[in-house]
Amino acid sequence: MTLIGWAQIALVLGCALLLAVPVGRWLAALAEGRLGGLARLDAAVLRAAGVDASRGQSWQGFLLAMLAFNAAGFALLYAILRLQGVLPLNPQGFASIPPYLAFNTAISFVTNTNWQAYSGEAAMSHLSQMMGLAVQNFLSAATGIALAFAVMRAFATGGVTQLGNFWADLTRITLWLLLPGTLLAAFAFIAMGVPQTLAASVIAATPSGGEQTIALGPVAFQLAIKHLGTNGGGFFGVNSLHPFEGPSALATSLQIVLQVVLPFGLCLAFGRIVGDARQGRALLAVMVGFVLVATLSIYAAEAAGNPLHIAAGVSPIQGNMEGKDVRFGLALAALFTATTTGASCGAVNAMIDSFTPLGGLVPLFLIQLGEVLPGGVGSGLYGMLVFALLAVFIAGLMVGRTPEYLGKKVQAREVKLAMLAVLVLPAVILGFTAAALVLPMGLASLQDAGPHGLTEMLYAYSSAAGNNGSAFGGLTADTPWLNTTLGLSMLLGRFAFVIPVLAIAGSLAAKPRAPEGPGTLPTHGPLFIGLLAGVILILGGLQYLPSLALGPIAEHFAMLAGQTF
Amino acid sequence: MLRPLLSLLLGSTLLLGVAVPLGVTAIAGLTMPERAGGSLIRREGQVIGSALIGQNFEGDRWFRGRPSATSAAPYDASSSAASQLGPTSAALLAAVTERVSGAREVPADAATASGSGLDPHISPESARRQIARIAAARNLPVQRLATLVEQNIEARELGLLGEPRVNVLRINLALEAFR
Repeated sequence: MTLIGWAQIALVLGCALLLAVPVGRWLAALAEGRLGGLARLDAAVLRAAGVDASRGQSWQGFLLAMLAFNAAGFALLYAILRLQGVLPLNPQGFASIPPYLAFNTAISFVTNTNWQAYSGEAAMSHLSQMMGLAVQNFLSAATGIALAFAVMRAFATGGVTQLGNFWADLTRITLWLLLPGTLLAAFAFIAMGVPQTLAASVIAATPSGGEQTIALGPVAFQLAIKHLGTNGGGFFGVNSLHPFEGPSALATSLQIVLQVVLPFGLCLAFGRIVGDARQGRALLAVMVGFVLVATLSIYAAEAAGNPLHIAAGVSPIQGNMEGKDVRFGLALAALFTATTTGASCGAVNAMIDSFTPLGGLVPLFLIQLGEVLPGGVGSGLYGMLVFALLAVFIAGLMVGRTPEYLGKKVQAREVKLAMLAVLVLPAVILGFTAAALVLPMGLASLQDAGPHGLTEMLYAYSSAAGNNGSAFGGLTADTPWLNTTLGLSMLLGRFAFVIPVLAIAGSLAAKPRAPEGPGTLPTHGPLFIGLLAGVILILGGLQYLPSLALGPIAEHFAMLAGQTF
Repeated sequence: MLRPLLSLLLGSTLLLGVAVPLGVTAIAGLTMPERAGGSLIRREGQVIGSALIGQNFEGDRWFRGRPSATSAAPYDASSSAASQLGPTSAALLAAVTERVSGAREVPADAATASGSGLDPHISPESARRQIARIAAARNLPVQRLATLVEQNIEARELGLLGEPRVNVLRINLALEAFR
């Protein structure tokens, strides 16, 4: 670790926090329908689409619209992938995507996971990338933010049954937030060297007398929404490590800022909407605290290098460089990895499979903690609010009072639903991992033997269920078994979590907002921040400790003992 | 519900999947054609590589890039890939030991495979360690190559971000110009 490395981390994270302030203000305006000069255009678009923004939906109506829209999006994307071979804009002449892989990929992009069991430049036509995958990058992100808006409104109002209009939210978020942000970022990326061309590839006659086929494509636009929407699905197989997808340290820094700015901004928007900015800042403080600790842990683990390699004659100065490119440096690789896994993005600028055991444990644990640190666009905030409800509940148990959060009484129904949501993730992750580790069709996919193999499998299901999408890439993911079970994990991780969350929102919206009393636990101070962090660690993380002990922790001690597999 | 669903899904597919990306491609092609086209380097009209993409240099006469794990051949820019080998992998340790081949204090970037398989850069230290070999093979004075390396070190971006590094294709093109 170097001082310059720490300064890089501070600068990039600082920029993200600064940018989150105006973004949070705009998010709050969008949620409240305050569109300023855009109001007339917005009204015209909504009218053309047949949407009446003034007609609110109950939580069931909102849920139904969201599910129907996502199901239709899945069907359209699945069809595009299956028909790729006969559709236009396919300069490399790629074949259609086979059924299991198309199923997995369509779910993956609709659920904002972007798990990729294929390698982009070797499988996907320009049409599939642009009209299929990139469109779902926008829509799945907008879906997440729309859900967060619905949950925010439940806390802001009292005695109502309506949570807003899904269609209006979806349109406004896409048109007035994601699209302009993506355009700005796309041109910035092109200026930094990211290609945006319809050419498929170019053949270079190299100075040393060889030939090199260089894959190209419309990368920059898809790259921009991939980070802004915390999607993470790369245009190229190695994602943001590819020199065309991450041409410089500046480009990788911009990607880091993009992938946290909406999750950070949503916290601040929440504070504005409930009328108490401190509430949003408290949630943000928990997120930033975890991101910092995670970043420094990864940085320390990777900077220490691999003792096996150092003993073989490698200089320890650069740290562990397997699976990393020179231009980013370890500090930005650590910050990128912590934010991409904390924020449910899943893009990578360093190969996590080749991290040191403890360096790889951190991103895995961040995913398992429930994707709330800071979490995906929208899903981070509503996930965090579930933990906040559980935190006030536990505090209420300790002092023997009915817990309340922002003036809403938290009662048995909400706590049961919150626990149901929180239990989805471990049930899916541990259940499917256990099955894959005893069944031959699961075991056949492992690349590495020993504890690292267990971590590869555990990471895959954590990433899928957490809707993250990053991978321990050694795993052979394109098999019928893994495509199917990982697809189901993504579905459950997204929708089995969202349904109880919307039910909580519906129940809270109906309750009146009671004024603060003398016995109210303040939910903006250090006490609550500490309590919330503790609840996330204990409720979100404890159940994974046995599996982590068998995987990365066992591997760490094997490595120290000089053992290889 | 059917009307908003269909109009939003199809409308966004046409807008975000066709109109906007094609518009961005057109504007980028007009305003930043070099960068939007992949930062290609041409010599006498012929593309000889991209400034951003590493190439495979073998033999004693060239600065060599980092080990590449792309599958068909090293530095296959039509199929990026990493080794994905874990820290306790015996295969990885064997590969690292072979690359080190008995030397001490070998820069880590020279002993390990890059993440993209296409890393265009090496560390300055890794470039310096190749000077003696290239000087002997090309019959050039060591001092001249040392100067070349120092001239080709790219500083941290904005003076802060990333790492100092040497672009292998660029330094090899400069090396060729020595003839």
